[in-house]
Amino acid sequence: MVKEEQEESSNRPDNTAFTQQRLPAWQPILSASIVIPMFLLIGAAFIGVGVALFITSRDIQLQELDYTGDDSEHPCFKCRTNTEKCTCSMTFSIPTLFKGPVFFYYGLTNYFQNQRKYGASKDDNQLYGDLDYFTNPSTDCDPYTRDSKNMPIVPCGALANSMFNDSFSLSHTVNGVQKIVPLDGKGIAWWTDYNIKYRNPTLNSVFFSGTKKPTNWPKPIYELDTTDVYNNGFINQDFLVWMRRAALPDFRKLYRRITHDDYADGLPAGNYTLTIAYNYPVHSFNGKKKVVLSNVSWMGGKNDFLGIAYIVVGSMCVVMSVVMLIVYARFKFAEDV
Amino acid sequence: MARDGEDTGMAKASKAKRQRKKKPKENKTRTVHANIHYDNAKGEENPNRHYASNKIKTTKYTVLSFLPKNLFEQFHRFANVYFVFIALLNFVPVVNAFQPELALAPVVFILSVTAIKDLWEDYRRHRSDKEINHMDCLVYSREAKRYVEKYWKELRVGDFIRLRCNEILPADILLLTSSDPDHLCHIETATLDGETNLKQRQIVRSFFDLDCDFDPLKFSSIIECEKPNNDLNRFRGYIIHRNGRRDALHKENLLLRGCTVRNTEEAVGIVIYAGHETKAMLNNNGPRYKRSKLERQMNVDVFWCAFILLVLCLFVAVGHGLWMFQYGDKRPVFDVLSPEGTDLSLVMSVIYLFLTMIIVFQVLIPISLFVSIEIVKICQVYFIHQDMDLYDEETDSQLQCRALNITEDLGQMQYIFSDKTGTLTENKMVFRRCTVAGVEYSHDANARRIAMYQEIDSEEEEFMSHGGTLPRRDSVTSHQSGRVVLRSHSTKSHRRTGSRAEAKRASILSKHTAFSSPMEKDVTPDPQLLDRVNECSSQLDFMRFHHQSMSHLPSGLSDIIDFFIALTICNTVVVTSPNQPRHKVRTRFELKSPVKTFEDFIKRFTPSRLTSGSNSSSSSSLNRSSNRGCSSLLSSPSTESTLTKLNEEHLSGTLEQAFSAFSPQYDEKPPDHPEEGELRYEAESPDEAALVYAARAYKCSLVGRLPDQVTVELPHLGKLTFELLHTLGFDSTRKRMSVVVRHPLTDQITVYTKGADSVIMNLIKPPDTGNTKGKRQKKIFCRTQNYLNLYAADGLRTLCIAKKTLSKEEYARWLQRHLEAETTIQGREELLFESALRLETNLHLLGATGVEDRLQDGVPETIATLRKAGLQIWVLTGDKQETAVNIAYACKLLDPDEEIITLNADSQEDCGVLLEESLRYIQSKFLCNSRDPSTKTFLSNIAHFEIYPQSSLSSSQTAHFMVHRLGLVIDGRTLAYALDKSLEDKFLAIARSCRSVLCCRSTPLQKSMVVKLVRNKLKVMTLAIGDGANDVSMIQVADVGVGISGQEGMQAVMASDFALPRFRYLQKLLLVHGHWCYSRLANMILYYFYKNAMLVTIVFWYQFYCGFSGSAMIDQWYLIFFNLMFSAFPQLITGTLDKDVSQETLQQLPQLYMSGQNSEEYKPYMFWMNMVDAFYQSLVCFFIPYFAYADSDVDLFTWGTPITTIALFTILMHLGIETKTWTWMNWLSIAFSVALFFTAALFYNASCPTCYSPSNSYWTIQRLLQDPLFYLLCAITPMLALLPRYFYRACQGTLFPSVAQAGRQLDKLPSDTRRNVLGLSRFKMRSLLGAGPNFLSLSKPKVSQTTTPGSSQDKQSPMKQTRKEKGQKIQLVLPHSHAPSHATHSPRLSGKPKPHSTKHSDETLPPPGPSSPSQTASPPLVKQMVSIHLNLPPDGASQCVTYTQSSEGGLRCGRVAEPAHRTVPAAERAPHTSL
Repeated sequence: MVKEEQEESSNRPDNTAFTQQRLPAWQPILSASIVIPMFLLIGAAFIGVGVALFITSRDIQLQELDYTGDDSEHPCFKCRTNTEKCTCSMTFSIPTLFKGPVFFYYGLTNYFQNQRKYGASKDDNQLYGDLDYFTNPSTDCDPYTRDSKNMPIVPCGALANSMFNDSFSLSHTVNGVQKIVPLDGKGIAWWTDYNIKYRNPTLNSVFFSGTKKPTNWPKPIYELDTTDVYNNGFINQDFLVWMRRAALPDFRKLYRRITHDDYADGLPAGNYTLTIAYNYPVHSFNGKKKVVLSNVSWMGGKNDFLGIAYIVVGSMCVVMSVVMLIVYARFKFAEDV
Repeated sequence: MARDGEDTGMAKASKAKRQRKKKPKENKTRTVHANIHYDNAKGEENPNRHYASNKIKTTKYTVLSFLPKNLFEQFHRFANVYFVFIALLNFVPVVNAFQPELALAPVVFILSVTAIKDLWEDYRRHRSDKEINHMDCLVYSREAKRYVEKYWKELRVGDFIRLRCNEILPADILLLTSSDPDHLCHIETATLDGETNLKQRQIVRSFFDLDCDFDPLKFSSIIECEKPNNDLNRFRGYIIHRNGRRDALHKENLLLRGCTVRNTEEAVGIVIYAGHETKAMLNNNGPRYKRSKLERQMNVDVFWCAFILLVLCLFVAVGHGLWMFQYGDKRPVFDVLSPEGTDLSLVMSVIYLFLTMIIVFQVLIPISLFVSIEIVKICQVYFIHQDMDLYDEETDSQLQCRALNITEDLGQMQYIFSDKTGTLTENKMVFRRCTVAGVEYSHDANARRIAMYQEIDSEEEEFMSHGGTLPRRDSVTSHQSGRVVLRSHSTKSHRRTGSRAEAKRASILSKHTAFSSPMEKDVTPDPQLLDRVNECSSQLDFMRFHHQSMSHLPSGLSDIIDFFIALTICNTVVVTSPNQPRHKVRTRFELKSPVKTFEDFIKRFTPSRLTSGSNSSSSSSLNRSSNRGCSSLLSSPSTESTLTKLNEEHLSGTLEQAFSAFSPQYDEKPPDHPEEGELRYEAESPDEAALVYAARAYKCSLVGRLPDQVTVELPHLGKLTFELLHTLGFDSTRKRMSVVVRHPLTDQITVYTKGADSVIMNLIKPPDTGNTKGKRQKKIFCRTQNYLNLYAADGLRTLCIAKKTLSKEEYARWLQRHLEAETTIQGREELLFESALRLETNLHLLGATGVEDRLQDGVPETIATLRKAGLQIWVLTGDKQETAVNIAYACKLLDPDEEIITLNADSQEDCGVLLEESLRYIQSKFLCNSRDPSTKTFLSNIAHFEIYPQSSLSSSQTAHFMVHRLGLVIDGRTLAYALDKSLEDKFLAIARSCRSVLCCRSTPLQKSMVVKLVRNKLKVMTLAIGDGANDVSMIQVADVGVGISGQEGMQAVMASDFALPRFRYLQKLLLVHGHWCYSRLANMILYYFYKNAMLVTIVFWYQFYCGFSGSAMIDQWYLIFFNLMFSAFPQLITGTLDKDVSQETLQQLPQLYMSGQNSEEYKPYMFWMNMVDAFYQSLVCFFIPYFAYADSDVDLFTWGTPITTIALFTILMHLGIETKTWTWMNWLSIAFSVALFFTAALFYNASCPTCYSPSNSYWTIQRLLQDPLFYLLCAITPMLALLPRYFYRACQGTLFPSVAQAGRQLDKLPSDTRRNVLGLSRFKMRSLLGAGPNFLSLSKPKVSQTTTPGSSQDKQSPMKQTRKEKGQKIQLVLPHSHAPSHATHSPRLSGKPKPHSTKHSDETLPPPGPSSPSQTASPPLVKQMVSIHLNLPPDGASQCVTYTQSSEGGLRCGRVAEPAHRTVPAAERAPHTSL
């Protein structure tokens, strides 16, 4: 009979769980009995992870050398205002074995690579090796598109123009003799940058003819590394590293890795000399330059923060659950009685 | 048709406007010529060429105009303009932040979603238009010289159309001929007004005489009529024939588009209005658009968002200025010059940056919120629509949401204004009792029978629930209609078939027959009256046999027979027979038309004609049906039993004879084919049908009605045919209707009038007290008045029946003027009205009837539940005060335990004084009560039983006033005074403190004024519910208008936002759907604000680390699509499906509704709390990655992408905390969101190494997914970000759960446990609800201090005498005597009422403080104690009245028959003051 009626009545709504809003549902209720154990459990897990992270981070060795030369005592002080080529060197000692592979970074502070207009000031197509953009770079690069003679600049834009151009060499003093520590400049940039994003036109100098080097650069792009074809032009590793903009105003960028010869297992204890070809001006923005030697763990460089954060959050969960237990006991049980 | 009706809306309006512009010079009338004489091809000569064709086009757009028009419409929305502005800003190189094309994406997306929606709707309209335009109809073609098939759209004004049975009318057509011998055409107007009964339409009078077939070629008349308008019930015009004769045209001549031709084989008409100018199309209003309260609140917060946006942008811009300033002249290498190579000035770069920041932070103003809200609302409407519980099987109708965007308002209602008739009651009229010639016939058996139906209803439900449908089914299948069983079987079967389920079934079987439930049809006659009817008719028969004049009949007896004749013929009931429901019973004896011309009158009223009695001509064709009708009546078992009883008890000899005379009659006619003989009455209003059925019970049955004659079957006399001279239809101003007939027995011209007692009693001819007859008349008059009062007190609808005989001269005089009135065009209504007034005077009172309007199912329960939900219910009715009060008691609107303040005033001043007094009374009574500490403590215990008063306190909007257990009854006249500017504040002050308000005798305008007053002054959300045309204004004024799609037409439904089949569905609509819609939407909006603010502030924090340069570490694509795609779906699902409390609990615990009333889900502070939470969460989401990556070689997007991911997780988990019910759809949507983000990111990061400047995050996510740090961040950040909120929610859920949370906990219990818990006393419930009430009661002591000492002085002098001196009509009705100190103030004060402003009235009733459960809970206290002594200890500050009360149980038990007179005598009050 019900069926018959349904046929007769055309307006009858469908009687399904969905239309009647009776879908089976899980209704979590935030009550103490669920919340307290859950918080305890989460807290314990977080503390565990936090401890592990903290220990990992503590094992990482780090050597930082500021070579800005603000201090008149500093060996690089003379280079601060010098516009000519200037070299200075710093010595430092490593007390224990610096476990390898050691990463050699240069660091800048107060440098806003993340500035919006600065970051936008490049031409991806040009860097991709597209010759159309050699003669006619994108307006994104303005005003670093053409030089005063209206010649197109390659690579254009402020980002490339301001490329970091200090260079470093590291030597180990072994028995009073300076032994150059070989620095490995391969593979410091992203694989995708090196292989996909940036490309050189096949024949370097020919295609770069009719273009100008960026105004701040001492040499054109195709002479960045004349020794290695695969490290020259747009795919120069240092160039790639620089072009990958840092997220924060205090940053470091990978310069080299120490992976060769005697130093593959790390830097042995001893005295080292860092020689710096000091070119890059930072005093205009009160920046600092530094060199950082560090080894890395599975979670990256030295950073205690995450471990501490995990421990703190875990502890907070535990504390909260205890607080809730107390409050719950005071109110709820009293009421039940 | 119906569908296109909904959609027409604006298109039509604009079209009409255009039309008006085109022809400004056209005069007020429309002239229609027949197209026949103008070849259709030559349009220029056709005088009808200007009129709209019948092609309808309800679409808004064409293919070409869609884009510009739609965009133009969309840009009316401010938000859209804003977003387009932002997108365009991106094209300005100096300020752009994103790839310009990309910035267009959100706007284009939003616009296109809306455009697609519009396009789809328009396409649907187009399809339905096309379908309608291509329907066929028969149009006369000149070439073919016959009717040819044409499409509707080809129809033009002036065409002749042939209509066939069951055809839908294509246009508004003037009826010219009909195959019906009575020159009638029956139409069904259900699509227009929802009335299912047949309407008769007449052909134009001048074509009556046309005996041969109508030939369109010969038609040469010109029709002049009014311009197209939307009044369905009006059509005026005249037809001018070639000979210059003019004939008036009425609405009876017009067939309206959309109606269906029934019972008429063929009709021909000429098109008068076509297409968009038809009345049906002009009546179509599109769906209504209202702003809901929630949306208004939201808009405020959107402006706050805009404000925050500006502040943030300004902050960043200034920061950038400072950042640049610090470098001075030394330009750092990373500071880029302007594109021109020049150095930007500081100010300029600040301004540019400000604009850039607006682009970056644009998401703070939730672009997708508006679209999301629309989507969610559509889903909500769909769900409400689909609810089985809101589907009424009986009428096969479901709830209709006509307004699509105010669903959430349903959850915030505070006041309900309800109509009574048809809304609270069924509008199914059941004849209960009557008075004839001053003698009351109580119809006890009838009352018992009606009572039985009610019992059976409940029985039946149980019966059905046990699944035992077999026997009933059997009884149904063996007979075609339930009535048959009723006739031939025992009482048992009578009961069974008479049950409602059967009625339901029957009504489904014959859907288009209204008013046919057995309860209405079977009237058990009162034995005494039956005797008298028999006696009188046998006498009449005798007299006729002996050719005596009828006037010799004793007046008592003649009154009886006249009474029944009046009941039978003074109506517009159409007779049909049931097995062919739409076939009129042929009862024609001779072709005669009503008197239409004066000559006709003279001709017809010549003596020769007068002698021929029409009754003698009963034909055999009629015989059968009439006998059946009679026999079916008499075989009713209840009748039988009554008769037997009667025989035993008191039967005089003559009566016995009378009985024996006709009892064989029904013995010899066994109901062999009873269903054939059953006549069915179709009436325009149900009480008409009720009266006809009642008369039939006395064997005065209506057997046929034609426009010019009515046939009545009377006992002994057989069929009498009354020549129907005029019908003066019912209208609400006259409140009566009359028929003018020629009485076949006396040959007198008789006027039968039926109408509201208040009107008729004034029109009764003042009895000549000189003679005995006059005295008797006076006595009858007084008695009838008494009985009328009694009926009203019983909640019956009363109607008076009166008659008047006219001499031929009088009639002739009247007729002449009446005919004049009929033929005028201008002001015809007024003239006809006056004409009716002239006729309906000096009436002779016959009697009165009491018809019961039964309450709808579940009305008392619904009202009780709604009230528990904190809704104030006002009933505004046009009924008499007594009737209204009684219905109010019956539906538990008024409680016998309540005190009732009745306000009846005769003048403005009286009203003012009355209001003042009532105010003081309330003030003194309730404030004093609360000051008694002992009472307070006692009451505070009791208060826990009553959740209602407590929670109503928390409704802080109306916190000044508390709702007492008081009822207010006010009549229409007093209401008119009270609504005056000077008094309205006082009136409101009283009304708002009463629990229920009943306004009687209120006009539609007053209804809307009351609603408007409450809405505007109290700033509350109002809902008006009604079913009739008189409720339309009120429905339109209220925030939410609800129409009952009942039997009284569709006007209310057309005006409403929601249309319900039954009043009781209001409960679920409000408590469940309203609550859900509100809480879902409120939560969704808040969540939206949070979500956008959270994302934006993450970017904001970054500005501190990028030199305030407007750089974003979140890739532009993520930033733009985050809201649109990645986080959009879960919130839509939650916004659509989330249920904070299950529907069972919501209905069982109506208190939960109050969260919506108090806007608890979305209070202004909550917006700010969410903002603060968003700030906090964004801080966490920003700084954890910041510190985790500090001093590393991380690049911008390798660092920014984890932040985006973290933000997404946080936002989704935040939603998870706020989601109360998790269905698989919630899980799916969240999973989908996450999957979508990662898929999109993977694809995006792999797609193009050189595109997407300036961000270009090629291969970032791929590398990140290999980085453990990424996962570590994703684990800890959302955890820390959500910890506070989660902790807060957990504490709240555990320690001080809100009522909603308690309800949710209830949901978790197994269903039987829950039922137990809910079934337990409220006390238990309270403990379950947690400590909430305890907190509330903290502020209680404040209450006592609010009473001003000054005012208490006044209260001491009793008021009683003052009132009497002034001679006002004051009733302060007190059900118990426990309120002695009422309305006591000094005469001095009442003598010169102060001017009252709102402020003042607020002062006169000092706010009792936000919480004092003790006050409101005082009646339960009284209820439980027989006698209470409230003695206030004389402490210095309190000068309050204390008094001794005694409440006697007897006063309360049951509702007494005359509650209106329960004024407590002054003696019973024993006030004594103690100082």
